[in-house]
Amino acid sequence: MKTELTSPAFIAALVIGGAIVFAAPLFLETYDLFNFTVFAIMAMLAISLNFVWGIGGILSLGQALFFGLGGYAYAITAINLGSGWGLLAAIAVPCLFALIVGYVAFYGRISDVYFGVVSLTISLILYNFVNSTSDAFYTIGAARLGGYNGIPSVPPIQAPWAAQPLGFEAMYMLCALTALVFYLGVRLFVRAPFGRVIVAVRENDLRAELLGYDPRYHRLVVFAIGAAMSGLAGAFFAAWGAFIGPDTFSVSFAAQAIIWVLFGGLGTLIGPVVGALSVSWFTTWLGEVRLLDPNIALGLLFIISVLLVPNGMVPALRRVLERLRIVKERADT
Amino acid sequence: MIVETSDLWRTFGGVAAVAGVNFRLEPGELRCLIGSNGAGKSTFFKLLTGQLRPSKGHISILGRQTTTSQPFEISRLGVGIKTQVPNLFEGLSVRENLHLAARRTYAGKAARLAAEAMLDDIELADRAGVPVRELSHGQRQWVELGMVLVSEPKLVLLDEPAAGMTQAEVERTAMLLQRMRKDRAFIIVEHDMHFVRNIAERVTVFHRGRILVEDTMEAVTSNAEVRNAYLGQKFGKDHD
Ligand SMILES: Nc1ncnc2c1ncn2[C@@H]1O[C@H](COP(=O)(O)OP(=O)(O)OP(=O)(O)O)[C@@H](O)[C@H]1O
Ligand SMILES: [Mg+2]
Repeated sequence: MKTELTSPAFIAALVIGGAIVFAAPLFLETYDLFNFTVFAIMAMLAISLNFVWGIGGILSLGQALFFGLGGYAYAITAINLGSGWGLLAAIAVPCLFALIVGYVAFYGRISDVYFGVVSLTISLILYNFVNSTSDAFYTIGAARLGGYNGIPSVPPIQAPWAAQPLGFEAMYMLCALTALVFYLGVRLFVRAPFGRVIVAVRENDLRAELLGYDPRYHRLVVFAIGAAMSGLAGAFFAAWGAFIGPDTFSVSFAAQAIIWVLFGGLGTLIGPVVGALSVSWFTTWLGEVRLLDPNIALGLLFIISVLLVPNGMVPALRRVLERLRIVKERADT
Repeated sequence: MIVETSDLWRTFGGVAAVAGVNFRLEPGELRCLIGSNGAGKSTFFKLLTGQLRPSKGHISILGRQTTTSQPFEISRLGVGIKTQVPNLFEGLSVRENLHLAARRTYAGKAARLAAEAMLDDIELADRAGVPVRELSHGQRQWVELGMVLVSEPKLVLLDEPAAGMTQAEVERTAMLLQRMRKDRAFIIVEHDMHFVRNIAERVTVFHRGRILVEDTMEAVTSNAEVRNAYLGQKFGKDHD
């Protein structure tokens, strides 16, 4: 741990990441800042999916459902009790939900592929349920669930000591910094003793168990942490757009998160961030120039990345750089 | 008693892989388990380590009832197993494989030291940083052996530790085991008769899920029933 915290790579990542985050508002227009905020939120979701799937080896195909749960938990709680409680609920509700689902799945030792199907099925159930809540009956305190219309007028985030809620710039800063904290946190996690066991369970859960580690418990912890991370991202998303809707439970949104992670590089640390940022930016740009339907583009991107760069962009780029280095060394000697 | 099973059964569909085994292992004993392919040796190990639930019967290990225990619970009693198929953290380095095993017994720095010492014992110190998937078959067998032994188990189960090794490697493995012997109890499944003759004290012969004979190596090799059931096809060969 000590060596990791003082390693040059870690410090470099911290400094460069921090510099980009803090410098961005200086040269970005408000509109771009607004977009970059949502990119940072999507990066948070991508990091959490990668944490559960790439690091923990849990095929959580419906991970985005925790983003939706977090968004709704935030919206409902913030409308009733204020944004501080909203953020807490956005972490606690998905985490609890994951503990229940994970307990049943992991302690029942259901297989990996089956878990992927189950998690997508839960997304679908939530999607259909939330879509069917337009009736005024589905009102919690002052918050109406609103069915397919979603919940409008979600309160922005406001610090308890502040007179005003966070503005564009502060909201951007919060989301970007949280994304950075997620990235660095996962980085530290995989090198920590507990994280090594998580990696071991992913590599070979039978061997881990025969050494005396309980894979069910380790999976459950990873799954719950990942759900809390996704939930917080969902809360930021709801606060950012002052809106949360059932589309966050849709299979197409779940698929987007999967594409970011696969495109960037499943199991790498920076890959999912690169994937989320580049693909979100790309689809936003496509939407502006109206060249191609973003969903078709995403589908194509998915097929291309699976076929051409099966390990993702970041590992592919690393290999190219490595090859260039070897070529250069040969040329030098 | 280190291991005691009573009327232990495990069936798959209609096939009884383990059929009424009463097995006892005394403290400090090194027992070899032999028997033809499909005799039920690996299934017996899976039952002992909790990977499979018995269809019938009871198991007690190191004085505890473990019939329905989870594998990690049995492991925590001090039971280490090298399975028949290689079972390693393929993407992790040799050092880390050993360290993950050592951490079950030692904390912090002691675990690192134990892993380093084991690296020397299995003579892979120069390959410590290499992912195990890049090692040769024999080296990978030693890494797994090292993982089992580094956690200082009280009972060691080895399912064909010499399989696929060259004769020189087999001899090194036998020497390694002698060194790691201490006062531990071992059960070793092995087809390599040369290896068995080298290390065995008492031998248990499995046949069709049952214990056929239990005796010294000399007595077992001269037993007519055993010759018919197993050794007849075996003599003169070290591998099958
Ligand atoms: N999971 C399973 N499902 C069905 N049958 C099985 C299963 N595992 C083992 N068997 C059967 O049980 C019998 C005993 O198998 P086992 O692997 O225990 O034999 P073994 O003595 O270890 O043989 P070998 O020397 O070839 O390793 C075999 O007939 C095998 O086909
Ligand atoms: Mg076997």
